[in-house]
Amino acid sequence: MRALLRRELTLALRAGGGAAQGLVFFLIVVLLVPFGIGPEPEELARVAPGTLWIAALLSCLVTLDRMFQTDFEDGSLDALALSPLPLEAIVATKALAHWLTTGLPLTVIAPLLALTLNLPGAAYPWLIAALGVGTPALSFLGAIGAALTLGLRRGGLLTGVLTLPLYIPTLIFGARSAVAAANGQAAAPALLLTLALTLAIVAVAPFATAAILRIQIR
Amino acid sequence: MSLWKYANPAEFMRLSGRLMPVLGMITALCLGVGLFWGYFFTPDDYQQGSTVKIIYLHVPSALMAINAWIMMLVASLIWFIRRHHVSALAARAAAPVGAVFTLIALLTGAIWGQPMWGTWWVWDPRLTSFLILFVFYLGYMALWEAVEDPEKAADLTAALCMVGSVFALLSRYAVLFWNQGLHQGYSLSLDTEKNVADVFYYPLLLVIAGFVLLFVSLVLLRTRTEIRMRRLRALETRAGLVAEGAT
Repeated sequence: MRALLRRELTLALRAGGGAAQGLVFFLIVVLLVPFGIGPEPEELARVAPGTLWIAALLSCLVTLDRMFQTDFEDGSLDALALSPLPLEAIVATKALAHWLTTGLPLTVIAPLLALTLNLPGAAYPWLIAALGVGTPALSFLGAIGAALTLGLRRGGLLTGVLTLPLYIPTLIFGARSAVAAANGQAAAPALLLTLALTLAIVAVAPFATAAILRIQIR
Repeated sequence: MSLWKYANPAEFMRLSGRLMPVLGMITALCLGVGLFWGYFFTPDDYQQGSTVKIIYLHVPSALMAINAWIMMLVASLIWFIRRHHVSALAARAAAPVGAVFTLIALLTGAIWGQPMWGTWWVWDPRLTSFLILFVFYLGYMALWEAVEDPEKAADLTAALCMVGSVFALLSRYAVLFWNQGLHQGYSLSLDTEKNVADVFYYPLLLVIAGFVLLFVSLVLLRTRTEIRMRRLRALETRAGLVAEGAT
């Protein structure tokens, strides 16, 4: 399992792996928002948590195709499925690697981008905490969407259509926490709900993903 | 003899072929009488005027939008567990019907909301959940279209239907957390104290029965079409193989 994790991370971080691309994509989406709604600091402060969350969803989405697709094409996935490790564990490892190369770096640079969006100071800890506990759910749910569209021609758009609706609950609770903190309300309930949701998803999603992968490589 | 007998496509075709005309007639009767009664023989509401009458389309279609998804979930589970092809095809057949019911509910709601709430659309939990449900229907149908191998498509969409059910429900309660609503509470229940007034209630029940029957007939019809398409494809494949063998 550790070897698989190392393999996944190496593949993602080496040239052409695309880990950096997800991050650049995140940056660009956030950069586009002020152009869309105008440069007034108060306006930007109001939409800052939502913007960062939506950008996080999208950059998770665009990096999903590398989770199973290349392994499926060159047959590594069949080899992995035959290994003594259960497929559920393989899926969980791959989703974890996806989070380590997408969700985690994104959480780290989010406060920097929040600064450019003029987010009120009180909201920073909550924003980082919510992104930190919420983005693993995005990777684990993304695994379901990526598995469903495996091997399809023009599957990329469909992955988005199938995956993004699953992100709604996480988005609602995750973004709510920082918004509440910025408005001086209690931010902890939303954060705890985000955490609860993530834990449930991390526990259950690998089983669904593995079941779907078994259909795909049958 | 058990219900599972009708999982056999031939048996299903025979039974549904006999049921279809009867069902169609009762559906037309329920909808015709119910809508006519509702539109022309019920009084205007003292606050809402005649706009109240859109209830005869809005409530039944909203009800069936949710029930159609539940039926798809049950059919997907049956397909997963017992692998009856009719079940998978019935789930596929129900999806567009459910999506259209969802759309009708959203549109009639908007048309009613404009004079009553003064806006076509608000991000109210109920409205938002229906939009989310609509998106789930679209994704489900898109996946059926995208996967070429029919068996694999049935498996994948069944999996999506189960995952989607969990998240549709989760979103339903998550949006409550996100925004307080403008939509009124339920207007129908078995507890008659809380119901709408009787004059509206009886025609509404008739229309709801009509919508349920309409859904059943449409799903039967579409399932029959799907089965025939399958047979056609099997025949074409066989003809192709024979032609290949001959050369």
